[in-house]
Amino acid sequence: MSPRDIGIDEIWRSQSRRVLATLIRLLGDFDLAEEALQDAFVAASRQWPREGVPKNPTSWLISAGRFQAIDKLRRSRRFDDLRPELIRQLSEEPEALPDQAIADDHLRLIFTCCHPVLSLEARVALTLREVCGLTTEEIARAFLLRVPAVAQRIVRAKARIRDDEIPYETPEHEHLPDRLDAVLHVIYLVFNEAYSASSGTDLIRSDLAAEAIRLGRLMTELLPDGETYGLLGLMLVHASRSAARLSPEGDIVLLADQDRSLWNQDLINEGCDFVEKAFATRHIGPYTLQAAISAVHASAPAAEETDWRQIIALYDVLLRVAPSPVVRLNRAVAIGMRGDLEKGLALVDALLVEGQLSDYHHAHAARADLNRRLGRDKAALYAYRKALELCRQEPERRFLQRRIDALAQSF
Amino acid sequence: MKYMLLIYLDEALYLEMPQSEQDGFVNAMLDHDDRLRSSGHYVTSDAPMAPSEAATVRVRQGKLAVIDGPFMETKEHLSGFYIIEARDLNEAIRLAAEIPLATVGSVEVRPVDKLERIEQ
Repeated sequence: MSPRDIGIDEIWRSQSRRVLATLIRLLGDFDLAEEALQDAFVAASRQWPREGVPKNPTSWLISAGRFQAIDKLRRSRRFDDLRPELIRQLSEEPEALPDQAIADDHLRLIFTCCHPVLSLEARVALTLREVCGLTTEEIARAFLLRVPAVAQRIVRAKARIRDDEIPYETPEHEHLPDRLDAVLHVIYLVFNEAYSASSGTDLIRSDLAAEAIRLGRLMTELLPDGETYGLLGLMLVHASRSAARLSPEGDIVLLADQDRSLWNQDLINEGCDFVEKAFATRHIGPYTLQAAISAVHASAPAAEETDWRQIIALYDVLLRVAPSPVVRLNRAVAIGMRGDLEKGLALVDALLVEGQLSDYHHAHAARADLNRRLGRDKAALYAYRKALELCRQEPERRFLQRRIDALAQSF
Repeated sequence: MKYMLLIYLDEALYLEMPQSEQDGFVNAMLDHDDRLRSSGHYVTSDAPMAPSEAATVRVRQGKLAVIDGPFMETKEHLSGFYIIEARDLNEAIRLAAEIPLATVGSVEVRPVDKLERIEQ
């Protein structure tokens, strides 16, 4: 039998990150651990076809990686000062680790990759590579970056972790909420990047969305918490609309105009379940509230039947928990959707006067839409043009252009 | 994916090293080849001889022109190369950093593209 016959590729995909996470703890170094991981898989692809896949492949691989590392350390001159102590520690490790210990290591890896001393870009790149197992090339393609630039980001992030001696651990209770926020933020950013994607790289982007959801699921298993549930719920409900949000021509379809029969009901149901779980923890944060808002949209059989009162109420709570100009903008839009066009417009105008959103194309598009519905075509046209000027995403640009063309005809 | 690791050295500086140190590098490079073989990354490697041994060839209008010497005269020149199989650019960088000569020269890591026949 060949390594392929015994499904080693599948084992790599499902287990290599967990093995790596534990090896990083044991070896105290990302690069050494990556080397040991590679060696462990080389050993597996030699041994398993002859002897069969062990009952617990993860344990086997961790143990093989550990022994390969001991072997290498004995021979290498690179780690002279540390060598005897590290070898002693490694040799004293128990042969088989309980599943909980492996899960704990996995969580340590996530927290380390999302450590706040790293820039957000570095956290995203490191998490996708080390926790999700994406290659540098895949990350670069997904974020439309040059491969060497991403590679350098990853190398520097690892050097920072080493130089700052960032402990490989799940943070203590008092720091946990902040550090968990940092992790969820990375996952949210990955999902958003995928979700607000322009055309051309759609396929890669949907892989990225799937990766974010996988990470979200993993977090709910490793660290169940209100916001962990909330974020997963939010992503699932958003993902449920992926077939409806672009027309066959690749143009953007607004939530109100989407064909709701294209929404994935399984994802909606699962997403709503997680929103309920989040509320049940009584630790309700911004992700949970945003997820709840998405869930209200998702449960309306038609756009006209949307429960805007409930959505506005949720935005009110969200504004108290996490005030931001974008949340205020969304609340103003919801007020407009409820029928209070003048009030909604006044709120949007006030936000634009304050200046924080003056470069945010959604704010101008909202202003344009409210003016259009009030019959103020000239003001609408002006605002659509401003939005188009600021917008970088192709499908959205086409949408804005269509609106401009329709309005311009009436002059 | 395949990557080419190109090792550039200032040969003048290298030759100033005591013979024992130079020999040490040769052996360390051979050991490194073995490590890459056992980790499954190795495809091939070799050490081009000095640029003074090179000839540069051009064919223009059917005429062969040979220049005595390298294509480009530079202070640091190609003194060795590897082709390796690695998971991604970061793994290739990690492996490049382990090359003994990386401590005295520079290693350029280049992804290798496979040419495909184009229908004409």
